[in-house]
Amino acid sequence: MNAVTGTGIGASVRRKEDYRFITGQGTYTDDINRPGQLHAYFVRSPHAFAKIKSIDTAAAKASAGVVAVFTGQELAADKVGGLICGWTVTGKDGTPHKAPPHPAIALDTARCVGDQVAVVIATTKEIARDAGEKIVVDYDVLQAVVDPVDTLKPNAPQLHAEAPGNLCYDWEFGDRASTDAGFAKAAHVVKLDLINNRLSPNPMEPRVAIGEHDRATDTTTCYSTSQNPHVLRLILCAFIFGLPEHKVRVVAPDVGGGFGSKIFCYAEEVVCVWASRKLNKPVKWTSDRSEAFLTDAHGRDHVTHAELALDKDGKFLALKCSTIANMGAYLSTFASCVPSYLYALLLAGQYTTPAIYAEVKAVFTNTTPVDAYRGAGRPEATYVVERLVEVAARQLNMDPAEIRKKNFIAPDAFPYQTPVAVAYDSGQYELSMNEALKMVDYKGFAGRRAESEKRGMLRGIGFAAYIEACGIAPSAVVGSLGAGVGLWESASVRFNPTGSVSVFTGSHSHGQGHETTFAQVVSEKMGVPIEQIDIVHGDTQRIPMGMGTYGSRSLAVGGSAIVKACDKLIAKGKKIAAHLMEAAVDDVEFDAGMFKVAGTDKSVPIGQVCFTAYVPHNYPADLEPGFEENAFYDPSNFTYPAGTHIAEVEVDPGSGHVTIAKWVAVDDFGNVINPMVVEGQVHGGVAQGVGQAMLEGVVYDKASGQLLTGSFMDYTMPRADDLPNFDVGMTHTPCPHNPLGVKGCGEAGAIAAPAALMNAITDALGVEIDMPATPEKVWRAAQGKVRALAAE
Amino acid sequence: MYAFNYHKPKSLADAQALVAKFPDGKILAGGHTLIPTLKQRLAQPTDLIDIGGLAELKGITVSGSTVSIGAGTKHGEVADSADVKKAIPALAALAALIGDRQVRNKGTMGGSLANNDPAADYPGAILGLGATVHTTKRAIKADDFLKGMFETALDEGEIITKVEFPVPKRAAYEKFRNPASRYVMVGAFVAETASGIRVAITGAGPTAYRWADAEKALGAKFAVASVEKLVHTSNGLNADIHASAEYRAHLITVMTKRAVAGAGG
Repeated sequence: MNAVTGTGIGASVRRKEDYRFITGQGTYTDDINRPGQLHAYFVRSPHAFAKIKSIDTAAAKASAGVVAVFTGQELAADKVGGLICGWTVTGKDGTPHKAPPHPAIALDTARCVGDQVAVVIATTKEIARDAGEKIVVDYDVLQAVVDPVDTLKPNAPQLHAEAPGNLCYDWEFGDRASTDAGFAKAAHVVKLDLINNRLSPNPMEPRVAIGEHDRATDTTTCYSTSQNPHVLRLILCAFIFGLPEHKVRVVAPDVGGGFGSKIFCYAEEVVCVWASRKLNKPVKWTSDRSEAFLTDAHGRDHVTHAELALDKDGKFLALKCSTIANMGAYLSTFASCVPSYLYALLLAGQYTTPAIYAEVKAVFTNTTPVDAYRGAGRPEATYVVERLVEVAARQLNMDPAEIRKKNFIAPDAFPYQTPVAVAYDSGQYELSMNEALKMVDYKGFAGRRAESEKRGMLRGIGFAAYIEACGIAPSAVVGSLGAGVGLWESASVRFNPTGSVSVFTGSHSHGQGHETTFAQVVSEKMGVPIEQIDIVHGDTQRIPMGMGTYGSRSLAVGGSAIVKACDKLIAKGKKIAAHLMEAAVDDVEFDAGMFKVAGTDKSVPIGQVCFTAYVPHNYPADLEPGFEENAFYDPSNFTYPAGTHIAEVEVDPGSGHVTIAKWVAVDDFGNVINPMVVEGQVHGGVAQGVGQAMLEGVVYDKASGQLLTGSFMDYTMPRADDLPNFDVGMTHTPCPHNPLGVKGCGEAGAIAAPAALMNAITDALGVEIDMPATPEKVWRAAQGKVRALAAE
Repeated sequence: MYAFNYHKPKSLADAQALVAKFPDGKILAGGHTLIPTLKQRLAQPTDLIDIGGLAELKGITVSGSTVSIGAGTKHGEVADSADVKKAIPALAALAALIGDRQVRNKGTMGGSLANNDPAADYPGAILGLGATVHTTKRAIKADDFLKGMFETALDEGEIITKVEFPVPKRAAYEKFRNPASRYVMVGAFVAETASGIRVAITGAGPTAYRWADAEKALGAKFAVASVEKLVHTSNGLNADIHASAEYRAHLITVMTKRAVAGAGG
């Protein structure tokens, strides 16, 4: 840590932003109200699949206070582009995925409950909603299909003419021949069918969009709850409206959580922007929680068959899996890459498995679109690998820790080229696991299990030795895989004349704590206390073009851009300092905020150098004034955080209630900027993973396609009392290819937790069950074990 | 929500007059069912008559072997009442299990009973304890009060004023929550009263009801062993995405057993 400031790298500084959040003084998008603002209410399809025969808007239009009513026809007439998918996945047959038209308001067909059918714009929200209820839509209701397996059946309802058989893509990855060879020589083959349950993201703040058009400058502003304002601007300009980017500004102020669901460009943003331009008035839409359940992109929803081949000693020979991934009714912004590249490339896990083959069918159903959700593909991959490994240990009667250690990639094998394209940067997997085993008192487990059984309880322990690919991503690599964007990040570091610092980042903070951790990075680099450093993000008019926050990328990519900009400032500062001290530039060193002439007691503080740059009365003749630098950073590789989580549970076989008795997480995120913030990220991620494993699950009625989990009355969000105390440890294997040596921590908990918890619960039960492990499911599964114990 | 007229009567008599005057109005007590219903536009009353502040409906008194609780008393007040904790600790404990702190500081006993949600706790308590529900018109025995899902013996415009609970010899309530809503999915209220053993089951069926087999078994001997082998039928029980009727039937035995143990059986 920087000794001068005490607020540099490694310090558990309290989050600067929390004062305004905790005291209710944040400025969220819904807190923004523009003069003359109108309100939008969307009429949504009550049917999962229906032809729209006619829409009668007359009564709504005639209502007092209603300014306009629009349907998809008006958007089409104005040539408003449909929503896009920004990543093209190429299938086995060499053809690109099917991305059927996705109009912001349905034209002639509604394909899921909640699909936009019309919008009412009125002077108040209530008037808009009242008028919306007066719109009469004549539907021809069609049979819907919601299940990803059912939708592939020959007689299934067909969603899109452009996607025959409801197939978006049929994709494969890895070497089939070498994988088959691995299975051919296997002593053991472990097979497992898994469902990765569909999740509703439920950030605390629902989505909001405001469009505001300024006739004087012909500029439109979109205030939005976005994780990546520049990406949203790019889509709105280049694909939806055909506008030059300088005529559109996107502002994403304080954002109350996203978990991926606020990456995407949604219909409501398109409609509010378009309507504000059409009506020359600001137009605002605020989602309520019911709309959030229906329209925020969901996560996961895989059906998988997986197999692991092992030799007689438990060494992994090959892994293959076949997955059907539900895309929902339309292809969302980055949906296609989630169950393909973000999934199959992680199937090596922490292991030396030499051959891997995966095939994925992405399918359309009459459900809300599915896209990236905390972890995005990587939790699904870890779930496949770590459930398979655990079951393999059970079937081979091996210790689950030992079978993993036997197959770990050794610490001296890095960089390690996996058989699924990616090359891991660094790792010490056994170190993390040993630490976790110690923390959980693995040796004492048998005793604890016996003690539980005495009380009629079933105890289980479960492991997840996870890996993820973060720091997304090297632009050339993702480009070669079909991405339509580069995934570098930008930063601008501006010293103000009196020495305070404004840092402009293309990353976006919606709960991650960037205002603190990024300031710590600058504090460390430049020797300035963090009180003097302001982190600016979330406004395309203020920040350089940036790619936003997702995929645990902000620090590894965005933070590295900040470091690059700081290094440029230090280099310039040395020239100024050399001039002031009448020394050679090469003799000037910079440390902890002081420029010094090596081997002398001559020094000038950075504040003086900065002031001199703005008041260049005594200044190098060939140097530009000013103390501000920009940098763009494109990573050379992904980062590969990894670690071991161990869950220990006690199951009450009488009621099916599961108590999480212990949770040990030992993560390796490389270097850590703020341990307290990182621990918080682990806690939150584990909470979401526990939610997926035991509590959450989107349920649709198969016959009608209705969403049955449309509110918190039926969708089980994790609560504090569902969660244990988290015992968090860390190992630190720095990332070798970025200047901070950091790997990213935002998604790890959500990636590790489902597998660890399901391994623990199924260990207690003695049978395999799917997520979510609800009380009834656990109770039913427990009865065999109860009988077995009684017979003993 | 849709627009409505709001009234805040100063007395129970005023409230009754308003209720009579507005046939399409609704009585608002704590609002914990009504307000969410209105917000979702699932009801459109012309008028809301807010009886939440009426002093006549407040208060807890213990006299002899009866605990009397005003219909406007909030769950939190019942949970925290030293008198209730002393006289019928199981009732205070039940109130402490309703919702969360915010809900308990707003929701009322009268509101809960008048609504008779199948997933409410208080119906189990009045039935389990053999309470009497007093209204603006009459006194109704708990056994006669609960009629079906969201149905009670209350007439149009009849307002619950207080509930009288006879103090039992011993009692306990056990609740298995719906994992999502945290409402009761299966609750068992077991009491040994002056008039015998009462076992009320709430959450499992369309409305709370007494489990005769368990009452009989516990009447013979008040002990866990008397009920642990009992099999409750799944016929007529609620079923949803959280619990099948079969699972609810199983939980009835488990919760009853735990309540018996909780009551010292």
